[in-house]
Order: sequence, then C-alpha cells, then structure tokens
Amino acid sequence: MTASADAPTVATARKPATGFWRRALRHRSFVLGGLLSLLVIGAALLSLVWTPWSPYDIDVASKLKPPTAAHWLGTDVLGRDIASLLLVGARSTIAVGIIAVGIGLTFGVCLGLLAAARKGWTEELIMRMSDFTFAFPAVLSAIMLAAVAGPGMLTSITAIGIFQIPTFVRVTRGSASAIWAREFVLAARASGKGTFLITIEHVLPNILSILIVQATIQFALAILAEAGLSYLGLGTQPPQPSWGRMLNDAQTLLFQSPMLAVYPGAAIAVAVLGLNLLGDGLRDLLDPRLARER
Amino acid sequence: MATSSNAPLIEVQNLGVRLNTSRGPAQAVRGVSLALKRGETLGLVGESGCGKSVTALALMGLLPDSAVLTGSIKLDGRELIGLTDGEYCKLRGNRISMIFQEPMTALNPMHTIGRQVAEPLRRHTGCSAADARREAIALLDRVGLPDAAKRVDAYPHQFSGGQRQRVTIAMALACQPDVLIADEPTTALDVTIQGQILDLIADLVEERGMSMILISHDLGVIAENVQRMMVMYGGTVVENGETDKVFSRMGHPYTQGLFRARPKLGARKGTRLKTIAGTVPELADLPSGCTFADRCPLVEDRCRAAPPPVIDVGGGHGVRCVRTDVSMAAAVGAPA
Ligand SMILES: Nc1ncnc2c1ncn2[C@@H]1O[C@H](COP(=O)(O)OP(=O)(O)OP(=O)(O)O)[C@@H](O)[C@H]1O
Ligand SMILES: [Mg+2]
Repeated sequence: MTASADAPTVATARKPATGFWRRALRHRSFVLGGLLSLLVIGAALLSLVWTPWSPYDIDVASKLKPPTAAHWLGTDVLGRDIASLLLVGARSTIAVGIIAVGIGLTFGVCLGLLAAARKGWTEELIMRMSDFTFAFPAVLSAIMLAAVAGPGMLTSITAIGIFQIPTFVRVTRGSASAIWAREFVLAARASGKGTFLITIEHVLPNILSILIVQATIQFALAILAEAGLSYLGLGTQPPQPSWGRMLNDAQTLLFQSPMLAVYPGAAIAVAVLGLNLLGDGLRDLLDPRLARER
Repeated sequence: MATSSNAPLIEVQNLGVRLNTSRGPAQAVRGVSLALKRGETLGLVGESGCGKSVTALALMGLLPDSAVLTGSIKLDGRELIGLTDGEYCKLRGNRISMIFQEPMTALNPMHTIGRQVAEPLRRHTGCSAADARREAIALLDRVGLPDAAKRVDAYPHQFSGGQRQRVTIAMALACQPDVLIADEPTTALDVTIQGQILDLIADLVEERGMSMILISHDLGVIAENVQRMMVMYGGTVVENGETDKVFSRMGHPYTQGLFRARPKLGARKGTRLKTIAGTVPELADLPSGCTFADRCPLVEDRCRAAPPPVIDVGGGHGVRCVRTDVSMAAAVGAPA
C-alpha cells in the first residue's frame, strides 16, 4: 500500500494565527476601531501620570471659560479644566467597561456552557432565569441596587454587569450548542472524553472568536449604560470625574454653553464607535473560513 | 484479560433503542443480537436510515440521554446498559473505539492532529506528554500519514480527506482497543482511497487482534472485509450469517434486492440500475408485521400479521422471513 498516494500534500505545519496581523492591518474598520480605542486607553494612561490641571481643582472665578491656551477646552461650571476631566473620565469609563463585561462574561459564559452541555431541565432553568434577568433594564437593577447599597460607581458597575449576563448566556448557549452537534465532538466523546473536558477543550476554543466579538460590543454598551446611570446620578459620584457625570452637569447649562455637553458626548461616541468597529473587524478576522482563503 | 477465547468479547442480546424523533418517540432498533469473539469481524449492511449508526452509537453509549435502551450489551461479561457516563468514558477510546463517516468534520479544527491523537493516550494510560507525542508520531506513521514526524503539529485543514481519515483511525486505535466500530469509514472518500483505507483497517485489526464491526451500505465492502455479516432493515436484522454463506445463497428478499441493485462494472450501456421499489418506511410508522412487507415482491397476508421469526437455513445462516422456501429457490447470490 502506498501511503503517500492519497491526495495533494499541503504545506507544512502552520499556526492558523499566522498572517493575522498582516490581514488585520489591511482591515479598515479594525484599524480605525483599534486607533479610536487606543486613543481612549492612551487618555486613561496619560491621566495617571499627567493632566494639564487637577480635575478636582475648583476655581469658580474662572468658570465657564471658552477654550484658551491655558484651558484647551475651557472650564466647566465649577471652573474645572475640561480637558483634564475628560482624560481622567476615560479611566472610569474603561474601569466600568472591563469590570462590567468581566462580570457578564464570567457568569454568562459559564452558565451558557453549562446549559449547552447539560441540556434538559438545567438548560431550561438557566434560560428562563436569564430571560427573567434580561427583562430588568440596567437602570432598574441599578435603582434597586442603589436603594440597598447606595449609589456609586460600584453599584452601577455591578448593575451593568448583571444586566450583561443574559446576553452572554444566550450567545454562549447558542454557539456552544452548535459545536456540541458537530461530529468532532462525537469523535472526542468516542475517545472517552467527558462533558467537562469536551467543554473546555473543544467547545470553548471554537466559540472564543464569537465571545471576543460579543465582548467588544458589550463593552461599548457598558460605557453607554454607565454614562446613562451617571447622568441619572446613580453612577460615579462627585468629585470622581466621569463622562456620564459631565453630561449630567452640562444638562442645566445646555443653552448657555452647549460645548460642555458636546465634549463628553463626543468622547463617549469615540469610545463606542471605536469598540464597535473593533468588534466588526475582529468578527471578520477571527472567522476561520475567511482566514483560510489567503 | 481473563476471558477464555471462546467466550464472546462483546455480546448484544435483544437490543432495542427508542428515540425521540420529530414525530414523537419511535423504535429505531428492535431485537438486535450479536456476539463477537476476540479477533472476529462483523459487517452491518443496509440502506440509509435502517438503524446501523444508532446500533453502533448504542454500543458506544453515545446516544442522547433521552434514548431508551432495552436488552443487554455485555463487554467481557460486563453489562454496559445503565453504566454512568463516567464509567463509560473509561471504556470509550480505551476498550471500545469508533471511526466515523466524515473525516472532514471528525477532527477539531482548532487543535493539531498530534494533540488529538495523543490525548486519548494521556487520558487512558496516564503517560507523559513526551511519551504520548512519541507514540502519536509512531501511530501516525503506522497509519500511513506521510512525514508523520514533521506533520504532527499541523492542523486538520492542512490535510486531505484520506489523510484525515488516517488520523481519525490513529486516534481511535491509540489505546489498543479490543473492539473497533467503523461506521462507513470510507463512504466520504473517493474510490481509490476507499480501498487503501479499508486495507489499512483490515491490517490493523489483524495485527492487533481486535474485533471489528464494520458498517457499510455497500455489499462489496462487506463481502471483502468481514467474516460474518448482518443485514438490517427498519431497525431489525433481517438476515445474518457467515459472509460467504450469505453471499452464496441470499435468503431475504431485501438482501436479494440490495444485491440486484448494486452497480455492476461492465454492464451494457443503457441498462438501468435495478432498484428496490418504494422507500424505507418512517420510523414512527413502521408496519406491525414484517418491516419490509410494503416493498417485498413475495409479500403475503401472514407477513403483515406478525413480525416473522428468524429461520435457520443452515449453518447459522438466519433469515427473518416466512417465505424462504420461495425466495431461496431463486438462488440469488454469487456462489464461490
Ligand atoms: N438522535 C436521533 N434522534 C432521533 N432520531 C434519530 C437520531 N439518530 C438517528 N435517528 C433516526 O433513526 C433512524 C436510523 O438512523 P441511523 O443513523 O442509524 O441510520 P443509518 O443506517 O446509519 O443510515 P446511514 O447509512 O444514512 O448512516 C433514522 O430514521 C434516523 O432519522
Ligand atoms: Mg449511519
């Protein structure tokens, strides 16, 4: 028997990730999204070591100044430097995004994987519970949590995180169930693997790209939700700067100095747009079918 | 293992499988019995949908939780029906293995082939990663994967269908199982490679003294590769016996139909392929008598009244038909 007779031999071993960066740099929305996200991260990092002014310095004498050489973007109603507020605000925005998405991702993915692996009443219970949670908007859970624990950044992050769990449960359960139906899972079971190992070694790696993409989208939603909650006074508390709080403060002076609302609004838009573009790009780049046709 | 060579390694008695289908629960397999000694080979043949895969998955304990199994499956005298999943996991891939039909989808696209072959070894024998890797390379080499040492770290999509099937064979054989179930291992491959893969499986079965259940819908594959065969229809075994005996004198009208319907090389142009009239009945509404009654040319009233018994037509050759006197007079088969 001539073993090598069957079929064209294909190239040598190569990681599927090879060429990822090359393709990534040619992907327009990935690059643009990446740049915008880096801008926000850069602002947060910069604020750790340097801000033009202290964002806590109140100087009522020079309030509501238009942009000058000293205050690039002007000052707010308490005379704080808006550029500095924006830089420091990026920090809480990122913290909210990471922690809230972390909560949603951790619980959501675990529950989703469990539902897909166990089927039956376990799946039924998890899905009904997540439907129930989903029915409560983040604002409502935040109000309820605030009533118990008092308003604050932690409350709003927890509320947003809890609100994100059902989305991750659904996405995980759906894509994991599809993987469970694949023949290589049957083959893995036939070679003696139990449910847990199959979930970790076969299901999870195959849905990872979907989860990463979903996480970027949820990150953007978390930023929006935090801005909303801060705007309602349920999120970040003064004097801690946050983009949502800045919008809140600008609200009363909307006609007098509209730019106060425009700056934080634009910052939120940049972060959300950047993450959405990044997510779109990742979805394309991580799809193995698209990756293969080089 | 402490079995004498005469006791069957795997023994199935009166196996029944009830599945939840879209049209409600249905009996996908009924009254299947078989016994295989160490080193014996058995073929399972029948049209699509007759329950071959369900039978195989039942032996592997891989049917969905909602499936209801009746009867008995014994491996080395130990009852498998009712084992917990954890207990079954210790047997699968270790004492009883399976090769699947679709090599293109039977491997995880995210893992290297070396890892996928080495994994059952590490799990069942607890050997070190380095040993498992070395063994995996040796196995891949044995199944005829060219350049095995260089290509262990390649991913499935870098191989052709035939090569992938070699990899899945290596995966199934990693722990030297006693029983190998091959469910249409060559159906998805083109004809020249089919022969190579079947030869490889036959060599390995012989070399390691495994018992094999080979599933196919191709009578030719069965004729060349197994000692004994069972013909399935509608979830029941309609004919069984030694391959030579069955082929020399086919007893069941269904087996005869399959035999007549096989494509022949060198047939005159324009001759149409003979087919069996009608289609396989839906599981949910199988007839109460003989499952083949609606398509059978020899059908009588009593065929529809009750399921026919198995009739021994000589030398352990059993036929589940009440009209063997007429059917066998036609002398369908390929006398040696
Ligand atoms: N998980 C399942 N749930 C419900 N019905 C099933 C399931 N698996 C198989 N069946 C049904 O059981 C019957 C037998 O299927 P099986 O897969 O055993 O056929 P087969 O003989 O292997 O056919 P093929 O040659 O196409 O592989 C079919 O009617 C099929 O629809
Ligand atoms: Mg099948």
